Amino acid sequence: MNLCRYLDASRQRFPSRVAVVDPSGRSLTYQALDDLSSRVAGFLIARGVQPGDRVGIIGPKSAEVVATLLGIMKAGAAYVPADYTAPSARNRLLLADCGVTAVFLDPGCAEIAGEWPTNQVPVVIELPGSGLEVFSPMVPWNAVAEHAPIAEPRLADADGLAYVLYTSGSTGVPKGVILTHRNATSFVDWCAAEFAPVESDRFSSHAPFHFDLSILDLYVPLKAGAELHLVSESAGKSPQELAAFIQDRRITCWYSTPSILSLLAQFGALETRDCGALRVVLFAGEVFPVKHLRAITERWPQASFYNLYGPTETNVCTFARIPLPIPSDRVAPYPIGEVCPYCQSLVLDTPGGTDVQPGDEGLLHIAGESLFQGYWNRPTADLFFERSGRRWYNTGDVVREVPGEGYVYVGRRDRMVKRRGYRIELGEIEKGLYQNERIREAAVISVPDPAAGVRIIAFLAPQPGERPSIIELKTFCARVLPAYMNPDVFSFVEKLPRTSTDKVDYQGLLRVHQPAGQPASSVS
Amino acid sequence: MDNVKEAIRAHILAEYLPGESSANLKDDTPLRTSGVLDSMATLSLVTFVEETFGIAIEAHETGIDNFDRIEDIAALVQRKRSGQ
Repeated sequence: MNLCRYLDASRQRFPSRVAVVDPSGRSLTYQALDDLSSRVAGFLIARGVQPGDRVGIIGPKSAEVVATLLGIMKAGAAYVPADYTAPSARNRLLLADCGVTAVFLDPGCAEIAGEWPTNQVPVVIELPGSGLEVFSPMVPWNAVAEHAPIAEPRLADADGLAYVLYTSGSTGVPKGVILTHRNATSFVDWCAAEFAPVESDRFSSHAPFHFDLSILDLYVPLKAGAELHLVSESAGKSPQELAAFIQDRRITCWYSTPSILSLLAQFGALETRDCGALRVVLFAGEVFPVKHLRAITERWPQASFYNLYGPTETNVCTFARIPLPIPSDRVAPYPIGEVCPYCQSLVLDTPGGTDVQPGDEGLLHIAGESLFQGYWNRPTADLFFERSGRRWYNTGDVVREVPGEGYVYVGRRDRMVKRRGYRIELGEIEKGLYQNERIREAAVISVPDPAAGVRIIAFLAPQPGERPSIIELKTFCARVLPAYMNPDVFSFVEKLPRTSTDKVDYQGLLRVHQPAGQPASSVS
Repeated sequence: MDNVKEAIRAHILAEYLPGESSANLKDDTPLRTSGVLDSMATLSLVTFVEETFGIAIEAHETGIDNFDRIEDIAALVQRKRSGQ
């Protein structure tokens, strides 16, 4: 099964129904989406893009971008979505890592096109809509949308590459998670069975396309013949605009991180909005503070609420339906729940180790159809281990099983944290800070925070005689790191504490941070 | 006007720039375009300004025009208070 088959089936059933609606309200029908994506495929094939090639895409969400993602797959290639709000150096790094042969680019992000580091300069195609002038040798969008031939799809088989999603890497370099059509369709088909979408549904697309939440947004409505309503980057961060969007577009299925739903509950003025069309509310990516979850379920009592869990490497692999109403005295977060039917799970004491006793804490390992193939350009030898004829992946998440509830998330043993649903390797922030010439040493920790989830604290030892201001450091980080990685606190030390083996003593830094009289809490 | 600026400055320093000296946060220091305030921080700053100065700020007024510099935020407060 190939993801594009969903489009073909829905186009045959509902050619004139609306498939996708822009933030501005402009829409494409299923027939128009199919035609435009076939022109994208026709253009790419004519320009020599081969089956299995990677094609980058950097720009704000639009109906044309959705058609482009599908068109890349219709050409037998895989799409690589990058964060258009991230520093262009980071985007160049990841597109070069997977060797894209073409890039669809918003002219507002044109900086990336001029400084290509390899001798394999990709074909660069303009995405429409910004109004900025296109520079040579950028291919204008109308060469695709108006002049490219409508291609016969050249679909990859189920085990062919569908897309590569980049996540934060512990060495400071983003890692490209390789995912096939089967990885995605196993999840999409399950969603169709579990949430029963129909053609009259209206799905929101809040997550950016480089974020794995977008897989549900893009392909579950596509399979059902439903409408997909795209949320713009700016509206996506404004709770009042989001509340108006849910009301005005009569959204029936919403999916986002808990951070966004918490903002809606606190600042969305939901008492003034009619969101009565909502029937399914899904959240994933981080722990949902129960206080805010209770508030939003009380505002939208007609909807079913689900917690979905899974790293990009496994897609969603467990789920829990939240029993309503939420008792007023509950403070414990809800479990991540039971394993989805296309996955299998093990809880082991160490990576690839032995099973823990039922109810004990251990590392969650996942096998099954949604499991990724590896990271681009990196060895796979240490990623998986074999047992009972299956290939298992250690999620790194510590869980314990509770009878009747499934798995409860406990935390992490390594240096990865989740902030606003984004996965952050603290080492990537350190690597960013080391690019500042005035900094001699940098170490980053995270501490739990009741309101924000986590706070990120950077300890810095400046070069002799240097003392950068915190405003300068914040500004510097905004240039070299995505916004969600910018530390909350900068703390200066003469030198970093070291363990006896001369490693940075992170436990020592946690104790330094902890105000006197409070017990030191563990790094999440 | 100066009191308004000082209240905003004190809040930004305490909430988003712990450890920064007050002299470094000038009236015209860029906040949004520099990365000092991200979108989440801006939301809570808007709420602080509304509650502290007893004014209502519309979503379209929270962009870079009004919220990139302390002097612009203070001017917005001033306009709202004088009913313009």
